[in-house]
Amino acid sequence: MNGEPEVHEEFEARLKAYEGRPAAATGVGRDPVNEPMIRHWCEAMGDTNPAYTGPNAIAPPTMLQAWTMAGLSRRPERTAAYDELLGLLDESGHHAVVATDCEQEYLRPLRPGDEITFDSVIESVSERKTTKLGPGYFVTTRTDIRAGGELAGTHRFRILKYAPARRPKDPKDRKDPKDPKNRKDPKDRKAPEERRPRPVVNRDNAGFWEGVARHELLIQRCTGCGTLRFPWLPGCNSCGSLEWDTVEASGEGTVYSYVVMHHPPFPTFAPPYAVGLIELAEGVRIISNVVGVPYDKVRIGMPVRLEFRRYDEELVLPVFQGVTR
Amino acid sequence: MSLRGRDGLGGRAAITGIGATEFSKDSGRSELRLAVEAVHAALADAGLTPADVDGMVTFTMDTSPEITVAQAAGIGELSFFSRIHYGGGAACATVQQAALAIATGVADVVVCYRAFNERSGRRFGSGVRHREPSAEGAALGWALPFGLLTPASWVAMAAQRYLHTYGLTPEAFGHVAVVDRKYAATNPAAYFHGRPITLADHAASRWIAEPLRLLDCCQETDGGQALVVTSVERARDLPHPPAVIAAAAQGAGRAQEQMTSFYRDDLTGLPETAVVARQLWRTSGLAPADIDVGILYDHFTPFVLMQLEEFGFCAPGEAPDFVAKERLPLNTHGGQLGEAYLHGMNGVAEAVRQIRGTAVNPVPGAERVLVTAGTGVPTSGLVLTADPQGRTRSTTGPPLHL
Repeated sequence: MNGEPEVHEEFEARLKAYEGRPAAATGVGRDPVNEPMIRHWCEAMGDTNPAYTGPNAIAPPTMLQAWTMAGLSRRPERTAAYDELLGLLDESGHHAVVATDCEQEYLRPLRPGDEITFDSVIESVSERKTTKLGPGYFVTTRTDIRAGGELAGTHRFRILKYAPARRPKDPKDRKDPKDPKNRKDPKDRKAPEERRPRPVVNRDNAGFWEGVARHELLIQRCTGCGTLRFPWLPGCNSCGSLEWDTVEASGEGTVYSYVVMHHPPFPTFAPPYAVGLIELAEGVRIISNVVGVPYDKVRIGMPVRLEFRRYDEELVLPVFQGVTR
Repeated sequence: MSLRGRDGLGGRAAITGIGATEFSKDSGRSELRLAVEAVHAALADAGLTPADVDGMVTFTMDTSPEITVAQAAGIGELSFFSRIHYGGGAACATVQQAALAIATGVADVVVCYRAFNERSGRRFGSGVRHREPSAEGAALGWALPFGLLTPASWVAMAAQRYLHTYGLTPEAFGHVAVVDRKYAATNPAAYFHGRPITLADHAASRWIAEPLRLLDCCQETDGGQALVVTSVERARDLPHPPAVIAAAAQGAGRAQEQMTSFYRDDLTGLPETAVVARQLWRTSGLAPADIDVGILYDHFTPFVLMQLEEFGFCAPGEAPDFVAKERLPLNTHGGQLGEAYLHGMNGVAEAVRQIRGTAVNPVPGAERVLVTAGTGVPTSGLVLTADPQGRTRSTTGPPLHL
């Protein structure tokens, strides 16, 4: 099976034909609504609501589905129609399943002693959807739960039957999880491609990024001729001297130019966003972000002030707060 | 002393063959195969065979090495091979390399080529998120964490400053977008064939990197283009009239970077283009008014304006008006905005066609064509002219120094 099932209208029409057909024949709750199950539920959920204890106790409404469950030893009473529908999806390559969401409506409280009956209907089958897991169909069932024959609530349950998307084949993506190198720090869950691009740090500019880590924006100064320079380089374009020290920027500057980025989109940058070319009071320029100002309010000549922002566990950047007058 | 004086290269070599594959969005074949097909087409056009070739030049960005193209194209021993760096800035410099080799007797027939699947393969416009910590990587690295990640955005930073300085609106760029598509509309090889655009279309196209819109951006193309260069004397014996390399130049400015020269001067011009311009005018003995056709590198519209100003066709800030009034036939094949993005090499081919009189949009009597290469990077340029010995009309400009 190639995992990329074909879509055709005829197939979708066959799926749609199951809408309205029963998913479970008239079922009977295995136990009546009872105090021990309510007590276990409340303990597990940490729910101390007094309504669920004492002589006039009601069952927590969210237990609605619990009263219909088959338990470990019994298969649920699925209808042939529901089995056929799932079978059709399996055969067409949509063999994987994930529960996506559930909605419940409560019409009357359930109390200890209530005898539960229920039936379930295939409410809808979606068109083919593309999802991160892979292409598939959402199947929604609706279960009507009755107490003593009276409707007490409805439980809508949605699953996605899907054809799993192909996993990356690159061997470097199949790392041994036991290797400590590959154990992710829980604080660093984002994959590299989901983070801001890293600064490109080498021997010639490491001092700048060390300064940023201390919340200092350092400008190189040629000790031969005194010329300030940015970006960082090992020598001076004015006199060629390799001797230099640094001065810390005051943090005052203005927007010299800017771009509003629209396309293509990149992870962690939500377009539109503004990137500025900031001229520092000292006279050198640096690319940065203008923050605290809507992207469409950034202007050439706008005064800005340096601040340092942390973007993730590893990344602190010097950015510039727009100063509105 | 070529930054200050006339050089000895002018008039020594000529482009005698041009050849290309089709320009498409999905070639369906390898970059190497595109290169070989283009080389064969250019040699056939030149009336030469693979056995005649002893030199090859391409871009450092090309994925097909000279030796491999030679191996697959039936070319034997090579006495000269060279590659030029800095992206599209290499285009005219490949021809300069060929001319240098020919003028010094290092090679007799040199093929320059560029071939890629820039649309179906690696798309430059998809941006950069990572660079190695080399000197080159570090230079671009200052922009990456802040989200300035695409060629369009690097050009837009200077373009915004240009508009601000001269009190213009983004419509200033629209004139270039419209003129290029006008010529593309009548060029069957062009992506915009049959599809002229208006200033309103330009203004309605979506933002890419403000102030640049979609129609300010060049094509993304799969294809190959090759050029054959030999001595002017040998070219005279071949089927097509030679396109004489009257001048060829490279240029890099002070504090030059690749696309991110943000830290120097006022960002309203292209100092590297000024270096090329001075050398081309000095060596050719020509001036802007002598040029019949301009093929100016147009990956993004704003740098076409700045090139016109750096070459002295008009004063700073006046190029939008110069283009709107069509004072110079510009990018008569449709340029890279309208025909195809072949890293500038298709522009060199168009200059040759104008001199031969075989362009789809011929400029009557065109004998002197200016061609430029990638902008915002270290760049290059050519002045190509008709062969003075084969000239049929009298010239009004100053004599060529051949």
